[in-house]
Amino acid sequence: MKFGVMVQEGPYQHESSDSAYQFVKAAMEKGHEIVGVFFYHDGVINSTKLTDPQQDDRNIVKRWSEIGEKGVDLVVCIAAAKRRGINDDVLAPGFRISGLGQLTEMAINADRFVTFGAS
Amino acid sequence: MLHLVNRSPYVSTSLDSCVKFAKKGSPILLIEDAVYGAMAGTALEKKMESIMKDFTVYALKEDLLARGVTNVIAGIKEVDYTGFVELIEEHKPTTWT
Repeated sequence: MKFGVMVQEGPYQHESSDSAYQFVKAAMEKGHEIVGVFFYHDGVINSTKLTDPQQDDRNIVKRWSEIGEKGVDLVVCIAAAKRRGINDDVLAPGFRISGLGQLTEMAINADRFVTFGAS
Repeated sequence: MLHLVNRSPYVSTSLDSCVKFAKKGSPILLIEDAVYGAMAGTALEKKMESIMKDFTVYALKEDLLARGVTNVIAGIKEVDYTGFVELIEEHKPTTWT
């Protein structure tokens, strides 16, 4: 089955980025295809490589990059990113900046679209 | 349709909104702080039991564990992330925040 995922909350803010990550991991382990993860609103903060948590803490950005390395399209909303000072210079590996058209496409291509976090 | 609720029913009305609009018989999955609603022996237990007359209520095991909620209201089904994925396989989801 094809799954699309949206993250609307920043890392370390509450739990939605963690929930989305655990969900994506479990779905991939079950053999599902992730057509993409769309980062919207404060969710775009999941994409900055400036994130540098202490060593004993989980690195949420790095975890997403690892998902990206497995071929999952990690799309960051350009309008939300620009508002928060996120551009290609600070983008972590695996992410790309694009627009809401990509979100629409993901929603069309996915059999299931799951949203994590509040707007 | 699967209804995802992630806010604690003690601080948010999202579960109320969900129950108000969801089609009876639908599954509701409590995740993140919403799992506090699954705790037995609380002020909300009766309300949850009345919700369970109309809906199948699930709670995410990992989030229950993270919050020390071990005494879950009888009838609420615990699922792990694999179970979460399986619920999504069966139903299109919607999120209440």
